[in-house]
Amino acid sequence: MELNEIIKPENLVYEKPRLMNENPMHYCPGCSHGVIHKLVAEVIADMGLEDKTIGVSPVGCAVFAYNYIDIDWIEAAHGRAPAVATAAKRLNPDKMVFTYQGDGDLAAIGTAETIHAANRGENIVIIFVNNAIYGMTGGQMAPTTLEGMPTSTTPYGRSIALNGHPLKIGELLAQLEGTCLVTRQSVHTAAAVKKAKKMLRLAFENAMAKKGTSIVEFVSTCSSGWKTTPDKANKWMVENMFPFYPLGDLKNKIETT
Amino acid sequence: MSEEIKLLKGNEAIALAAIRCGTDGYFGYPITPQSEILETLMAEMPWETTGMVVLQAESEVAAINMVYGGAGTGKKVMTSSSSPGISLKLEGISYLAGAELPCLIVNVMRGGPGLGTIQPSQADYFQTVKGGGHGDYRLITLAPSSVQEMADFVGLGFDLAFKYSNPAIILADGIVGQMMEKVVLPPFQERKTEAEIREQSTWAAQGKPTHRKPNVITSLELDPAVMEENNIRFQKKYKTIEENEVRYEEFHCEDAEYLLIAFGSSARICQKVVELAREEGIRLGLLRPITLWPFPTKAIAGYAEKVKGMLSVELNAGQMVEDVRLAVNGKVQVEHFGRLGGIVFTPDEILVALKDLIINK
Repeated sequence: MELNEIIKPENLVYEKPRLMNENPMHYCPGCSHGVIHKLVAEVIADMGLEDKTIGVSPVGCAVFAYNYIDIDWIEAAHGRAPAVATAAKRLNPDKMVFTYQGDGDLAAIGTAETIHAANRGENIVIIFVNNAIYGMTGGQMAPTTLEGMPTSTTPYGRSIALNGHPLKIGELLAQLEGTCLVTRQSVHTAAAVKKAKKMLRLAFENAMAKKGTSIVEFVSTCSSGWKTTPDKANKWMVENMFPFYPLGDLKNKIETT
Repeated sequence: MSEEIKLLKGNEAIALAAIRCGTDGYFGYPITPQSEILETLMAEMPWETTGMVVLQAESEVAAINMVYGGAGTGKKVMTSSSSPGISLKLEGISYLAGAELPCLIVNVMRGGPGLGTIQPSQADYFQTVKGGGHGDYRLITLAPSSVQEMADFVGLGFDLAFKYSNPAIILADGIVGQMMEKVVLPPFQERKTEAEIREQSTWAAQGKPTHRKPNVITSLELDPAVMEENNIRFQKKYKTIEENEVRYEEFHCEDAEYLLIAFGSSARICQKVVELAREEGIRLGLLRPITLWPFPTKAIAGYAEKVKGMLSVELNAGQMVEDVRLAVNGKVQVEHFGRLGGIVFTPDEILVALKDLIINK
């Protein structure tokens, strides 16, 4: 096929989301954040919510999410994004408010804020990137680190006796009356990306329709923290993370009612 | 229209004043001796009238971060607590100062350290005016000594916070929070509309229109050269506040030989001490700092060569006395008298302390 033929609009299979800017990303090669950022930017643009959206970025690798997606942002203290988002939404009930958090932010230091915001049924979306490790600080154990998984603070692998069990916070949040959607997705294949985007859009629709808290967990890779290559990280995720954190809806009140 | 006079507790006055001042949101967690603020707001249900949001948070930490989130969208938001709860909020307060967000914090102080006591104290002076949280920041600090000032300082605190894009704090104590007095509440003021917020607080995260750049509320800057610039900007702002916003009150200072320096409830008790001393022929005056930061340094320095001695009277082990000594710079004797752990001094024992520590020394 000639180049002129390929670039015709009807043959377009990919374009850079309008809300993603030109800033070079600080994320490592193979990191899931880039694709998840792209989905967030696409959903906001697709729904025409750019002028109504307030994103809340965490402390962790995604602290700089505000450097890449051209919307208004509030950068929260470590773990406090759901409290920040609670007030942003309650005081501005017609806005689209979401948090974007990692596993340490959401399921360790911010567990209380996460559970209580979800339990109150705040009309926000919580985007939860679970790569089972602290990326930003150099690969320490996260609440979601798997048993036996080596990290810089569990150099001989996570020991249940020493460190306790990996926390399935998605399952925990699904028990709460305030949540209307808790879904676990991934972005390691084209099909997974497509499915994840659909669920992310549903979450955003729930928040705008004030149906309660929606949580979209992304089981993700951290090839730098896992000390492996992007390709091997994807395989490791499929073989080790998915059995413990199975993909799919943990709760979806919207579909069932 | 005649003035509407009410008999209220200091804590109730703060809650009712907040509703009238066009406050958009209050976020708090119960703690003695200030729980009446949240209770009064919940009973008043202002969401039905002015549209003010009131939320009982799961913790002090969540409450201050709700304030951060609300303030980040340009809204007029506040929280209140008492000493141990304020300690929990300090991380969030540092972030608010670092992101230059206007908001109002209320501390109705109780005795510490630790869980301490529920009785009144002024031992959070250092925590409030010298930092408390991490980093070089300042809080505009108002110290009310009456229920009327509890009501008045809500509006004043918000005005100063928005004028300088900086958190303001009302540093009260268990006495002024719990005591009942006559009070005239401020007139009702409309809450700001979204259009007004977008126009007046152009930095607010309200959603990005196509034509403007994204607004990002953050205190983070990894480039130390830029972070130093940010800090220099903060310090310039603090200097402007120090030049323009000092507030204090003088009581029988004009002919004073000796001076009491006291804030909040202590200043109320010290008024009586001035009267008792003058009955004995001792020409005693009282200088009451209303803003603890910015501190009335110049006003106090002005008395350094006029009086024979100063006594800083505080419900703590000697905190503000350090700022008084800095102000007079060794030119006059400055001593401290305090009671600790929730005990409140009597006028008589303050007068005895004045004689023992200064007059007869």
